[in-house]
Amino acid sequence: MNEYRVEEHIGDFSSEAPHHDEIKDLSALADADREKLLRAGIDKEQPAAGTFVHSDHNTVYCNSRLKGVELAPISYALFKHDWLKDYYWKIMDRDKDVFTELAAGRKEGGYYIRSEKGAKVNYPVQACMYLETNALAQDVHNIVIAEEGSELNIISGCASGPNVRSGLHVGVSEMYVKKGATLSFTMVHDWAEEMAVRPRTTVVVEEGGRYISNYVCLKPAKDLQMYPTVYLNGPGAAATFNTVLMAGPGSRMDTGSRVYLRGEGTRAEIVSRSVSTGGTIYARGHLIGEASGVKAHLECNGLLLSDKGVILAVPELEARHRNLEMSHEAAVGKINQEETEYLMARGLSEAKAQSLIVKGFLSLDIIGLPDALKGDIDKIIEESTAAGAM
Amino acid sequence: MILFRGKGLIMAEEKLLELKDLHVSVDGREVLKGVSLSVNAGEIHALFGPNGSGKTTLLNTVIGFSRYKVTGGSISFKGQDITEATIDERARMGIGISFQRPPTVKGVTLRALASLGREGLSMEELERDAANLDAAEFLDRDINAGLSGGEMKRTEMLQIILQQPDLVCLDEPESGVDLENMALIGRAARIALGREEAGGGQCTRLKKSLRSGYRAGLVITHTGQIMDHIYVDRGHVLMNGEIVCSGNAQELLGEIRSHGYTECFRCAGCDRRNLK
Repeated sequence: MNEYRVEEHIGDFSSEAPHHDEIKDLSALADADREKLLRAGIDKEQPAAGTFVHSDHNTVYCNSRLKGVELAPISYALFKHDWLKDYYWKIMDRDKDVFTELAAGRKEGGYYIRSEKGAKVNYPVQACMYLETNALAQDVHNIVIAEEGSELNIISGCASGPNVRSGLHVGVSEMYVKKGATLSFTMVHDWAEEMAVRPRTTVVVEEGGRYISNYVCLKPAKDLQMYPTVYLNGPGAAATFNTVLMAGPGSRMDTGSRVYLRGEGTRAEIVSRSVSTGGTIYARGHLIGEASGVKAHLECNGLLLSDKGVILAVPELEARHRNLEMSHEAAVGKINQEETEYLMARGLSEAKAQSLIVKGFLSLDIIGLPDALKGDIDKIIEESTAAGAM
Repeated sequence: MILFRGKGLIMAEEKLLELKDLHVSVDGREVLKGVSLSVNAGEIHALFGPNGSGKTTLLNTVIGFSRYKVTGGSISFKGQDITEATIDERARMGIGISFQRPPTVKGVTLRALASLGREGLSMEELERDAANLDAAEFLDRDINAGLSGGEMKRTEMLQIILQQPDLVCLDEPESGVDLENMALIGRAARIALGREEAGGGQCTRLKKSLRSGYRAGLVITHTGQIMDHIYVDRGHVLMNGEIVCSGNAQELLGEIRSHGYTECFRCAGCDRRNLK
């Protein structure tokens, strides 16, 4: 069978989209669009350090509210800060693949977020990549810098509008976590079923820094592929990845997380939970230990709820130093019958029991998630796993 | 026999659970070989028997676990044939069970399950009953995750108490429980079986129509320790998938304590000979 490969179909997508004017207030968005943003975690009612909305090829809203954090469209930031060029295409190759080439060829969009030295930014920065025009190839380039000793929390929602059936989203992100800083990056995807999605992310973490990634994709996506890579360069740096995926029929999700543990005593944990109700999931993880005192663990768990689905767990451990500890566990299977019947013995119907088990399976304790988003993710999980929905 | 109960007269021999010539296979092997047993409303029955005699199989068949295939005979509850009923139907009809080795369910908290299991359960009641069983700290943890044997017993008992079933099945309530906690489990069993009120404190013997709140029980016990805490009306000895002896539970336990099951083996042999 010839699998659909979006690489061979880039020409099918249009590069032109209508211009979207800047809006003063998120209330100016059409209800349907606002609802979509909400589903991807962008809520104007919630306190935020700043909000950024990018639609098709234009930044339509950018509002920074708190001291200690800078938020701007990437083009403006590059114009304003000459030094930023040292962070632009520095840890990601322009010619890594056709998608980075596509993003490198154009310069319209993306965000720049920087937390100042020592700043503890209490509220998250919300950033949204929105696709409003059908069959468009959208590409963005983002730069995030958490300066020394700062704490920054970003919620990035990616969604497509009600009129979009298909499209291509390419998002290049370069992130820098300086000495002793913490960057928590949560990405929620809510795409149209026919979307092809190619995030390309590289993160560099200095001494004692911490990078936390949470990725949630519970809605079908025709062709999603990503393999974000973190370099823990400084001693004592740490990275955590939490990934929650649910692939319905027709979805293909190939996701993984890769961590190079280069500094002494660096630590990493990669955890993924995948549920297939008929789609194909590749759950990958790759840990490369290169220094003394490295500790890392990889965990891929999958639940396969349909014979039409496929889950392929590919955990990889690569040791390049003798004094390190790395481990992995992977488990793929169906819903445990004993657990189902145990819940039924308390009066729950079989469908309700199974939906509760799947919900529990997907409900990772995600660190650093604001309550509102956690509630929202719980709601999405609830809807996606409700009796009859699976 | 007629008993005064609540506001009206009812027959004490009202059959709550009735097993008739029950044959059950587990993974293709026949474990129960024609068990007949009746438990009347409000009565507590104990099941004795050596390891592997079929006691847990009997309880798990009553609740309807799919591994336990009924190959012959029937199960009735409240006058209805439930041999083919699903587990949740049985639970909703009023059969509750405390498992010996309950599974861990990741991501599902005890609080969530208890709330879903009984409509209208208030958080106050849940928290009060949990505190009484010294199990409040487990409410927001994944069910059974990392619990010791004794802790599992307490959370299982808590679920039964909240569920308020008419038939309480307890699978070895004393196993894994240290002496200190045995009194707690004993009290939980009394509450679950309607012999004591959850609020506790007062002497329930003084309460009128006490027996009206009695729930029936089917209790597996190896050591009989639980019988120090609940009065068991009747005992049955299971041997090799058959009930070989029924009678006064305390007497049966006394026999087993002094002679082990050897006497029962002999009895079983006699019965078989007599039957032939």
